[in-house]
Amino acid sequence: MEFKQVGVVGAGVMGIGLAQNLAQTKHQVILLDISQEVLDKAMKTIKQNVRLSRLYNKGSGQEPVADVMARITPTTDYALFKNADFVVENAVEKWEIKKEIYPQLDAVCPEHCVFAANTSCISITKIASVTDRADRILGMHFMNPVPMKPVVEAIRGYHTTEKTIETAKAFLAGMDKTCVVVNDMPGFVSNRVLMITVNEAAYLVQDQVAPAADVDEIFRSCFGHAMGPLETADLIGLDTILYSIDVLYESYNDSKYRPCPLLKKMVDAGLHGRKSGEGFYKYN
Amino acid sequence: MSHKDIKTRIKAFIGKHFQYELKPDEDIFSLGFVNSLFAMQLVTFVESEFDITVEDEDLELDNFRTVNAIDSLVQKKLSG
Repeated sequence: MEFKQVGVVGAGVMGIGLAQNLAQTKHQVILLDISQEVLDKAMKTIKQNVRLSRLYNKGSGQEPVADVMARITPTTDYALFKNADFVVENAVEKWEIKKEIYPQLDAVCPEHCVFAANTSCISITKIASVTDRADRILGMHFMNPVPMKPVVEAIRGYHTTEKTIETAKAFLAGMDKTCVVVNDMPGFVSNRVLMITVNEAAYLVQDQVAPAADVDEIFRSCFGHAMGPLETADLIGLDTILYSIDVLYESYNDSKYRPCPLLKKMVDAGLHGRKSGEGFYKYN
Repeated sequence: MSHKDIKTRIKAFIGKHFQYELKPDEDIFSLGFVNSLFAMQLVTFVESEFDITVEDEDLELDNFRTVNAIDSLVQKKLSG
C-alpha cells in the first residue's frame, strides 16, 4: 500500500505537527487551510520545528530542512486533493465547521482515498454520514506534539470496514506509528476521561483548593504522570478543551460534562494556553 | 554583554516556567520538570532574546543543558 500524496486539512497545532511528521517520513503533503495567513504562519512554524528536531534526532537521518519543506504544498484550494491517497482532517473541534468540510473532500478526492478525522470528541459515525464513503472513514486521534508521539487512538465508526482499518494501520506505519483501535462514541476512550479530568482540575483552581502548579505537581509526583492535567490543557489549547467538553455535554446530555466557568472565562479572555502565551501558566 | 547579564536573562526565562532556583551548573533536563517541548522553547528563546541563530552543528541538547552551557554558546555566537 502506497501513500504518495497525503492531504492535511487545517493548519493549526495538529495540522502543523502532522505535516511535519509526514514530510519527515518522505510523504508529499498538501496542507490546506481556509486562511492564507494561517498557512504562512504554519509553514514558518514547521520550518522552525524541522530545524529544532535536530536536538533529538542526531546522525545521518537528518535531512536538510529545505528538502523536508519542499514536500509540503500549502493551499487554500480543495482541488489540489484530487490525487490524495489519504486525508487527515484537523479542523476546529466544531461540528458546524466539520460538516462543511467532508462533502467538499468527498467530491474532489479519489475513490480509494481514506479520510481520517483527527477529532478528539466528535462522533466518527456522524462525520461519515455527510459523505458517500462512510466505509472509508475512521477517526485518528493523534497526540500532540505529533512527531514525538508514537501511538494514535484510532476509532472505528459504525460503517468503517476492516479494510479501512488495515489501510489506516499501514498509513500510520509509514509515519513510524501504531494505533489502538476503539469503537465510536463521543470522546472515545482518551478524551472522555481526560476532558472531565481537566475540567475538574480547572474547578479546583476556581474553588481555590490549590493553584495550577500544585494540582499538576500531585499528578506528576504522586501518580507518576509525565504532565499534570492543567499543563496538558495549556498544551492542547484551552479553546479546544472547551469545545471538546461542550461536544461531550451535547452528546451525552449528562451534567458531569458541564464546562467549568473559570475555563470559559479564560477562553473568552484569550488565554488559550501555550499557543497564545498564557493559560494556566505564562509562556514566552 | 557580560556573563552575568546573559545568565540572569536565561535564569529569568527558566524561572518563569518553573518555581525552582536553578544553579548555573545544574542539568535542566535531569531535574524531571522539563519535557522535550521545553528544549525547543529554550532554543527559540535564546535566539530571539540575544538575536543570534543557533547553527545546525550547535543544535545539541548538551549546549542547552545548564545555564553555564547556554551562556558559553551565546558568548561564542555574539563574539563570532
